Order: sequence, then C-alpha cells, then structure tokens
Amino acid sequence: MKNKVLDVAIIGAGVTGASIARKLSAYKLDIALIEKETDVAFGVSKANSGIIHAGFHHPPVTLKSKLEIMGNSMFDQLNRELHFPFKRCGIIVAAMSVEEMKTIQELYQRGVNNGVIGIELCNRSRMLELEPNLNSDVTGGLYAPTGGIIEPYRFVFSLVESARKNGVNIITNFEVVDKRETNNTYTLISSTGESIKARYVINASGLYADKISELFGAKKFKITPRKGEYYLLDKSSSYRPSRVIFPVPTKISKGILVVPTVEGTTLIGPTAENINDREDFSTSIENFEKIFYATRRLVPAISERDIITSFAGVRPAAEGGDFIIESYPDVPKFINAAGIQSPGLTASPAIAEYVKDLLKKQGCRLVEKPDYDPYLDETVKLREMDHSSADQLFQKDPRYGNIICRCENVSEAEIVHAIHQGHTTLDGIKFYTRAQMGRCQGGFCSYKIIKIIHRETGLPFEKITKRGRESYILKGSIEDDWKGVVEVTNTSLQGGTTRDMQTGSPDNNAQSAGGNEGNT
Amino acid sequence: MREAVFDTVVVGGGAAGLAASKIIAERGYRVALVERENRLGGILNQCIHNGFGLHYFKEELTGPEYAQRFIETTAGTPNIEVFLETTVMDVKTSRADNNNSGKGSTNSPGTKEVFCYSSRYGVLKIITKTIVLAMGSRERNRGNIGIPGTRPAGIFTAGLAQRFVNIEGYSPGENVVIIGSGDIGLIMARRMTLIGARVLAVIEIQPYPSGLTRNIVQCLRDFDIPLHLSHIVSRIYGRDRVEAVDVTPVRNGKPEMEETFKIKCDTLLLSVGLVPENELSKKFGVKINPETGGAVVDAHMMTSVDGVFSCGNVLHIHDLVDYVSEESIAAASFACDYMEERGKWPAAEQFPTVASSNIKYVIPNSYDPEINNRFFFRPMIVKNNAKLCIRMENEDKEQKTLLEKRLLHVQPSEMVSVNIKSERIKEFLRDGEENRLVFSIQ
Repeated sequence: MKNKVLDVAIIGAGVTGASIARKLSAYKLDIALIEKETDVAFGVSKANSGIIHAGFHHPPVTLKSKLEIMGNSMFDQLNRELHFPFKRCGIIVAAMSVEEMKTIQELYQRGVNNGVIGIELCNRSRMLELEPNLNSDVTGGLYAPTGGIIEPYRFVFSLVESARKNGVNIITNFEVVDKRETNNTYTLISSTGESIKARYVINASGLYADKISELFGAKKFKITPRKGEYYLLDKSSSYRPSRVIFPVPTKISKGILVVPTVEGTTLIGPTAENINDREDFSTSIENFEKIFYATRRLVPAISERDIITSFAGVRPAAEGGDFIIESYPDVPKFINAAGIQSPGLTASPAIAEYVKDLLKKQGCRLVEKPDYDPYLDETVKLREMDHSSADQLFQKDPRYGNIICRCENVSEAEIVHAIHQGHTTLDGIKFYTRAQMGRCQGGFCSYKIIKIIHRETGLPFEKITKRGRESYILKGSIEDDWKGVVEVTNTSLQGGTTRDMQTGSPDNNAQSAGGNEGNT
Repeated sequence: MREAVFDTVVVGGGAAGLAASKIIAERGYRVALVERENRLGGILNQCIHNGFGLHYFKEELTGPEYAQRFIETTAGTPNIEVFLETTVMDVKTSRADNNNSGKGSTNSPGTKEVFCYSSRYGVLKIITKTIVLAMGSRERNRGNIGIPGTRPAGIFTAGLAQRFVNIEGYSPGENVVIIGSGDIGLIMARRMTLIGARVLAVIEIQPYPSGLTRNIVQCLRDFDIPLHLSHIVSRIYGRDRVEAVDVTPVRNGKPEMEETFKIKCDTLLLSVGLVPENELSKKFGVKINPETGGAVVDAHMMTSVDGVFSCGNVLHIHDLVDYVSEESIAAASFACDYMEERGKWPAAEQFPTVASSNIKYVIPNSYDPEINNRFFFRPMIVKNNAKLCIRMENEDKEQKTLLEKRLLHVQPSEMVSVNIKSERIKEFLRDGEENRLVFSIQ
C-alpha cells in the first residue's frame, strides 16, 4: 500500500479525520487515515465533555454555528447506522441571578435565530422540575431538548470501523514530519522514515494542525492548546442529573458543566486554561477546587467522595475562534480542517460533508460506491443484557460468560473483540469496552487484560503499553533474573522456595516471634 | 438457564467465604461456594509472606498455606459445591425480606434467587434460603485520593503489583516510591527490594504509620527504606511512564509547598486503604454503614435483608486474616441458626451499639442480650495506656458503665475486640427502653 499513490490521505484519526474518512469511504477512492498515536481517538477526541450541543452558544454568522446545527441533526441517523453510546437527554443552562437571566435571554434569542428546535425559557420552578437536584437558588434558565450526550471515543471507534469496512486504510504510529511533492502527488514522510503517497491531503491533525498547514505552505495560523480538567464521579451518586447542566457562559468558555454520561457516571469540568505544551495532560489542586466549587453552585450535593478519576484534555483553539475549514488556491489539493474545538464533536458529521464539498471543488472525482454499507453490527455489551439473553449468548460463545471487569461487567469476549478491532493497549481497550473504567480503575482486571492481549497478539508482557509509545506497564520477567540459579539449588534444597533460600530473604526467616503480619 | 437449589450461597471463596462454607456444611446444609477466580483462596494466594495463622492455627503460615488449610477441609466435603470462574451478577429477594428497596421479585417469602455468570455453566440461577456475602474488598486507587499531575504508566495499587510479582512473575518497575504505609504497601516495599528493585521512599500523610508496627520494622527498617510520615505526593511527572514525583511535608493538615522535594522514580505503588466491595449488596437493597463501607449487621451478622449475612473484609476491613476466619465462622453459625429456627427468628429483641468518642465504628451494629456478644471496633486515635469504656445509655441520659478496660496501646491500624457475656448485659437492661451500648476510648 505504501508504494501506491492513494487518492486521499487524511492526517489525524480523531473525530474530524474519522468523520471525513467515513464520509469519503462512500465513494470510489483509495483513502488512508493516518494517526501518529498507537490508536485512534487518542488525542483531543478522547478527553472532552462528550456533548452534542443544541446550537445556541454561537452567533449564526460563524461556521461553528452553521455546522453545529447541521451536525446535531445528523446524529440520529448516524446512531442507527453505527450504534455508539448516544442519548438526547437535553441541555439546561442555569442562571443564578437576575443579571445572568439577561444572558439567558440572549442565548434563547440566538437559539431561536439558529433554528434550535424546542428551545424554551424556564422560570425557577420549571428548572427545578427539569432537574430536581439543581441548586434551589436557581433564578431560571434555558432548556434545549435536542442537546445530548455521547461517548466521544466510542463514536470515533464506530466511524473508524465503518470507514475500514468500506475500504479505508487505517495507519497508526505514523507521525507526519515531512512531505515531498512530485507530479501532482504528495509524499508524506513519517518520523521513522516511512512514506505514504496521495493526490489529496486533508489536515485534521487537531493540536498540530498549524504545523501541518505550515508544512504544506498553506495558511499560517496558531493553535493555542487550551487545557480542560475533569473529574469523573461514580455511578452510585444520588445527585446525578438527567440532563446536561451548563452555567451561564462567559466570553471565553461555555463554563464548567455537570454531565450525566451515557454510561451512568457523572462528569464534571472542564476548566479552560491556555497552555504552551500541547501534551500537558496534567491536573492540579487549584483546578480541583475550582471545578468542585463551580459545579456545587449548580448541584450542591456533588461530593468528592464519589471521585473515580480525574483527567485533562487539550482543545485546539485557533485564532479568531472559528473553525478553519478551507482550501487555498496556491496550495492545490490540500484542505485544512483545523481549530476544531467545541462544538467540534457535534459538528463533525457536518464538517465531513463540508470537506467533501471542498474536495469536489478541488477537482477530486466523487463516484458513489455501489457496495457502500453505512451499517455496522452492534457491538455486544453484556452489561446491557437481561439474564436470559445473556444465557443464549453464552451458548454461542462461552467467553461472554467470563467476566473480566467486575465494575463495568465486561466479558472476555468483548475484550477479545476490541483487540481484534486493533485496540491493543490498556487505554485502547478501556475506551472501547469500558473495562478498567469503573471504580477499581483496573486494580482487579488489568492483569487479566494484559494476559488476553498477550494471548491474542503474541506481544510479550513487557511490550504491552498503557497507550503506546514508551508507556510500558511491566519491566520484565522476574524468572529471567533467576535463570541458572534455580537449576543448582533445586537439587540441594528442600522446602521453601528456591528464590527465597538464595537471597536469604526474611520471607522464610521468622524474625517475628509471634508476629502478626497483616493479611492485607 | 440452569437452575440449582442450595441451602446457602456463599459469595466469594477467599478467607471469609471458605471459613463460612466449612461451618455451614459441617452443620449439614448444602452450600454453593461461588468464586470468580480460577481457584479458591482469594487474595491470600498472592500473600506469599508468612505471619498468617498465629491466632487461628497457633502456628505461622504463609497466605497460600493458610488458604490451603481451609481449601482441603472444604473441597472434599460432599455438602459443598464449588463454582469457580463464576461471577454473581444479581440477587433477587422476595419483598418480605427486604424493607429497604422495592426491588424484590415475586419469590415466595424467604427464597432468594442468585444469578451467576460463567463460561462453564452459562447463566446459573441458584435458589437458596440464605446468602453469605464474603466478597472482600478492593484497593483505593489514585482516583480516590486525587493526586495531581500526569497520568503515565507505572502507577499500581500495591495489591496489583503484588499479583504481578508473586503470581505472574513480572516486575512492575525498578525505582519505586510507595504512597501510603498500609500493610500491603509495606509488604511490597520488602518484596520489591528482594526482586532487585530500589524502593526509594514510603510516603504517609498521617503522622503515624497506617500499617502494623511489625511490618514497619520487618519491611522498612530492616531494609533501610525511608518512611516519610506527614508527607504527601503532591504531583506526578512523566508522559509515557512515571518519571518523578513531588513530595511535600504536611504540617497542621496543610501542605508546605515551599519545602517540596522531588524523587526520580519509574514506579508508584499505592497502599492507601481498602474499601469493602459491596456493589452487589447495594444492588439488592442491603443497607450500608457509611463508616465502614460494609453492611449494617445485627447481633447475628445478618444484614438489613432477611437471611443475608455478611463477614470478612466486605463487612469491614480487618488487619488479620485470623479475625476474618473467626468472624466468618460466627456469621455462618448464625446463618445455620437462622435456617434451623426459621419462622421464629429472631429469637430475642436486639438493641443498638454506638461508636462514640475516638471510635470510628463498632461491629455488629446491634447486640442480642440472650447471647455472649463479641464486638469489633476501630480506634481513631494513637494512644498509649488508653481507657476503653462501654456504657449503657437510655432516654434519661443516665449512663451506666458496663465495662472499663485499660488498653496498652491503640492506633487506627489495629482493630480491637471485646467480649461481653449475656449475664453482664442483662444486669443493665431496662424494659421498654432503647438500651444503647455506647463505646468510647479516652
């Protein structure tokens, strides 16, 4: 494949690149979706709020607003085809003062102008009826029933699976560091010296979109990494809202939200902080306090006791604030899809349409594939089944009966399926199956998953990573250190383990007269 | 769907479940012992160090040896059927059993349905009279204690690291910092040293160790491993794998950020406490005590759901496995009594126990004046020559001291137990009153 000249190379397998790849897979084109990380959705798309916005935040003149509204309307059909976790649970914006109600009025008007279906202004009691766990000091607010929630990485996985099913080549661990241009063909060169040739290049490289644009001599702009920290709260929390709760937005941010995730946990965040390092995913004490303070203002019962984990995502904010989705007369056959931050997830299906049209204008022939199949089989999820359907499933494949992740009830068969879909890191499997995502955070299941990865891929234990690159889990076998030693001592010693006898370890020396060593 | 009928389902085949199964089978009842791993013994299997069994067997054993003693006596017993690699997913109780939730099915009163999943048996529905919850605990993890910084590979709970080393035969890393001085962390400090890793520090937020004193001596001091009391890890560094941590002293509950120092390391082990694993119990309405994370149990170790008993680390966290066995034997005996005396259970009225000054909790949550009661409680303070006081308290606030006892040394990491005879309690009991038994340490 790598010597062949492809029609289209898409750089970046986040939600933007994956949506474009899947859209283009409906046409007779040779396509590669290229990702620098070990797995898809490992960048901006894996750590965000997972909101399908209703479309009242941005003024109608922006590309953001146009694609947001269009994108929102496309999700029902996409979900019928791809079966990702998605729910139109509705969005509310809570005003805590009369002053804030003025902004609510503006948002309402903007929503109406943008064509948001069903949007309504709410008084205090309507707000509390919609969300009983809301702070009872609420003044009023906005309700947009078309807003929803999604698992962003699962959405990307579905898009990528659908694209692959329709012939797209998925290439991971390929970081584009250089390009050459000959005979109307671009050659993309990776950090390890590999190359991919394509006639058209689409830049969907998220946090690195400014660099790729510059590499191709296209528009100069700057991506500002904007970090957002989040806390994930346990399923059992009693205050979990049924709708997404926004505060009244400020000029730079939509604010810190309370999100009931599709899978039953509660997500609170994000902060918004411009940073320099595009890979700074660290969290801080200051923002911990900020997030809990801000969200308790909305839902007072939110408790630190329920924290499962924290994480940070970085969004690619472009100068000017709007999406940069364009082609350039002086850079033929190159398209930027850059600055895709919120509401990028919502807009992504519309962005794909938009890019497809740009591609066509650039002279790319789009001929529909007769055998294009937009549908994926639904991935089996044991946790959503009743006992009798589970029983039938176990008869077909007993591995579904072997529960690997006890917190999220994920079976061996589901983990094997994820590995066969190309997710061979612990994080990849976590995002795909939810195993390790629950309250024990992999304390019980990660060793089992490592064994399954080893069995299914042949990767040695010490080569298995958390999320690719150098993120190795284990340092190597202990046995290796003891080779040779075991042979000699086995014949001469009885009882105890060879290893302990060799080191004279106190494990076998009862130094503790009447010692109560803990079992724990 | 397969169906089976047993007198008791014991959920979990670790120390607690094994002891409970043994007793129930000996009393002539048929037991289904359900274990999700591929062998019995639970976490004991990875505790290859010694020090187990001094109380119960009066000799020093390793964890696997301790488990084996019970496995040998249970495995051959015709009354026990062991279901390995089988996970209990769901329990349905009849409405009559359950006054806490409406989640009951239409079972006849007293009958419970336990739904188990496994590769071997498919979905197995076990119909039973009693259930013993013995699921043990899980480790608190990084998310629970919220350490700021990055999220690289190389962060393990101590128990997971122990599993990798002792059972899988793999080393989790070379330069190790351990957060928390819980017993597993201390044991792992020694274990990592023995497999050739360097343990650079053990960091404990409290001014005293949270593990047993003996483990501090044998696992840290004997190996010159520094223990930093009143310190926290305030930040984790590293993109792919852990590269370093910031360590900050804590004074008067506040981190002194200016005095932060950095330790370069590639591995972090967390030993920051255990949490009873009661997700299954909560699902079918078992009432949970927020102080322990375990079920609220009466004097007979019965939970708020009739016929459902709880013991071991799923009830409250124990320091010694010997006490787990002892408690589980008691719970199992009560489960047998319950089955023998069905219909007229409970025999006598019970009264509440209360954890007062300097005590985190008392188990069980009520007492039965007709029996000799054994109480377990956990101090909240570190003190030499402390005084335990148990009083009977009633409406008029007049307290009568039922028992006073000198305790040589108390600390939160060491559980205390006390027996009170039926006769002694009856001396203080007043008719028609609340008769609260109040525990305190001064």
